[in-house]
Amino acid sequence: MVSCRICGPKLSICCTLTSLWGIIMLSILGVLFYVRSPNLVEDLPIKEEDFEDYDKVIEAYHTNAYNCWIAAGLYVVTLAFSAVQFKLNNQASYTV
Amino acid sequence: MVQIGVPQLEDYELNREPSANSEMQLVSSSLDASGPTRAVEGHFGFVSGVILRERLSSFERVLWRACRGNIYLKFADIDTPLEDPVTGDQVNKCVFIILFQGEQLKSRVKKICEGFRATLYPCPDSPAERREMAIGVMTRIEDLNIVLSQTQDHRHRVLVAAAKNINVWFVKVQKIKAIYHALNLFNLDVTRKCLIAECWFPADEVERVNGALRRGTEKSGIDAPSILSQTVTMANPPTYNRTNKFTSAFQSLVDAYGVASYREVNPAPFTIISFPFLFAVMFGDTGHAMLMLVFAAWMVIKEKSLLAQKSTNEIWNTFFGGRYIILLMALFSIYTGLIYNDFYSKSVNLFGTAWHSNYTKDVLVANKQLQMCPNKNNCVGPNNKVIPTNYRGYPYPLGMDPIWMISVNMITYSNSFKMKMSVIIGVCQMLFGVILSIFNHRYFKQPLNVFAEFIPQLIFLNGIFGYLCVLIIAKWISWAGDDAACAPSLLLGLINMFLFKYVDEKDSSISCSQKLMFPAQKSLQTALVFLAVISALVLLLLKPLVLNYQHKKKLRQAATASQQPGPCIESSAEDHLTPSGGGHGEKGDEDEFDFGEMFVHQCIHTIEFCLGCVSHTASYLRLWALSLAHGQLSEVLWTMILRMGFSVNGLFGSVMIFAVFAPWLMLTIGILLVMEGLSAFLHTLRLHWVEFQSKFYIGDGEAFIPFSFDDILDQAEASNHEVR
Repeated sequence: MVSCRICGPKLSICCTLTSLWGIIMLSILGVLFYVRSPNLVEDLPIKEEDFEDYDKVIEAYHTNAYNCWIAAGLYVVTLAFSAVQFKLNNQASYTV
Repeated sequence: MVQIGVPQLEDYELNREPSANSEMQLVSSSLDASGPTRAVEGHFGFVSGVILRERLSSFERVLWRACRGNIYLKFADIDTPLEDPVTGDQVNKCVFIILFQGEQLKSRVKKICEGFRATLYPCPDSPAERREMAIGVMTRIEDLNIVLSQTQDHRHRVLVAAAKNINVWFVKVQKIKAIYHALNLFNLDVTRKCLIAECWFPADEVERVNGALRRGTEKSGIDAPSILSQTVTMANPPTYNRTNKFTSAFQSLVDAYGVASYREVNPAPFTIISFPFLFAVMFGDTGHAMLMLVFAAWMVIKEKSLLAQKSTNEIWNTFFGGRYIILLMALFSIYTGLIYNDFYSKSVNLFGTAWHSNYTKDVLVANKQLQMCPNKNNCVGPNNKVIPTNYRGYPYPLGMDPIWMISVNMITYSNSFKMKMSVIIGVCQMLFGVILSIFNHRYFKQPLNVFAEFIPQLIFLNGIFGYLCVLIIAKWISWAGDDAACAPSLLLGLINMFLFKYVDEKDSSISCSQKLMFPAQKSLQTALVFLAVISALVLLLLKPLVLNYQHKKKLRQAATASQQPGPCIESSAEDHLTPSGGGHGEKGDEDEFDFGEMFVHQCIHTIEFCLGCVSHTASYLRLWALSLAHGQLSEVLWTMILRMGFSVNGLFGSVMIFAVFAPWLMLTIGILLVMEGLSAFLHTLRLHWVEFQSKFYIGDGEAFIPFSFDDILDQAEASNHEVR
């Protein structure tokens, strides 16, 4: 594990909370993209003329869903890192 | 002839035999032109000492000039810096030795050394003595070092022992000071050798106060008990509203504008619900509200440990003090977010949308925008083409249909809806304020105010704005999609109501939207306008005229029955204790009733109320404005920032989403939660203070501040932190 403190106490708690919310929200967004929610139709990586081919639309939805889940996974890594930093900061402040 | 012999002083060492010292022949090269130069036989004297390094060069120069070059100075730097006893700084010093001959030079050298504040030390002549002296000095230095270190240790120990108690001592001193300050406010009754305190206490707590006095008497062991007696006074008592940790935040919101007058209606309990609700109407986003709920819930759950931290950060203390307000605001905002169907600017389809599209593919491809048909039956499109309905017949059960978030005319629709809703909510709150005033009138036994103020106000407000709300709701209910083109304009209708401009029903050229909403509309509206004008006049004139008549009657009675001063005193005593119900204080003394002043007061009150009705109703439109701004801001953040991550194809999109999410979250918290939250809080506060409370609240009382050690200690700590 990382033995040196890179982030201070405020930055580590901020990153922890951001990562936590990122995981929750991106997983839910991924699910919504996967079930092809019509509300997210403007957020697709697809050009206007491709809308005629419905398979392309489905593919775009699925691409975004996988991307969201991968990003959520990246945030799990960030959460682990910042949680470790937070614990290290707590320990360091006890040993004066 | 002058013989000059200069000895080789460069190699002169202090370790030489003393005999060589004293046998030197030296002829002074004195430049005295006065007398003949003489060869003087003398021995060298010397002084040795220590001087600051900075002063050394000028010291040398002054010595050379003053002694005309007849002295020899040798110096060497002291490597270790020494501590200046006066200032405690580290200074560098040089050790020097000055060799001279003769008494005059000696005195001159000594004076110069004194002037340069060089410390002179005696140095014995023989090396053996010098060795002994060195050893003695070293021993003394070591002894002194030991003494110094021991003294430092002792001082440290004493201070540590005192530091354990110092907080307790501070607290004790603060408490004792506070007690003596309070005692200073007592009066000294010289005859009976006791202290008299005049104070206010809540009438319900008589038992507790007596019990506390008895306990104090027992504890101090004095025979004479403390006596509590209630006195009648003309002064206005302070206002005491009992609160607990939940309601105290809302009470302080109300008190910030003005403490309630003694025994008048307290708007704080109603504020507990209406404040978060109005905030939620302006905030209205479930996603943001959930973030706020997490924050507020953390503050409330960790209440005890956060309180114990006793932070001095003002911003944190403000947020923490309002944690229950923020909790309620978040809960209500989740509800209004569900009504507006807004979740970080996306809508949620929980119950199934009421709209369906039955367009064929070629229609979709050919048209950029298509309008859904909202009629119960089919629509008639261009070229008289029949379009089947897109609406299932019954609406989305809770809130706005999710389809609105992806439709182009969402803002047009929601503007109309939110504006009308804001007016309805505003009129309801103002009506509630007027109704609260009747409790004031009944409590303070002012029946005149009920007829002269409450009823005219009610008729005026309801006749115009209550009627408008009824029309709004009627229009919502009566006109559906089929005859939407025939729906009348409410605003034009209101304007025409005051201008008495009505269309002729039999005229066939008018469009259907200009027709009356219901048959009796013309007569009803005419009647309402007349009622409003009459009630405004009653509001203006009734109270001053009746009071004038009563005053004249009393004068007549007093003139005829001069032996009975009773009634006058009773009524004047009554007036002293009752505040007036109009927001402007009445002079307490009936004998000085001034009709002119009373009339001007009532005139101001009437204009304030009538104009206030109009302007405050419009002011409630900020509920619409802020919720629109909030919705648009969150949409901008999603479209401009988060969409950047979604519109990248391929797996690189995941990195983009990862990179883009954190700034989006930071901006959401910064702009939408903090800035919009504070803004909506401020506007809600203004709506309560001005629009709601001006209908009934007087608010010129004093707060009841009892003697409390906790408050005094908190204040002392706060001022301590400021000083430091």
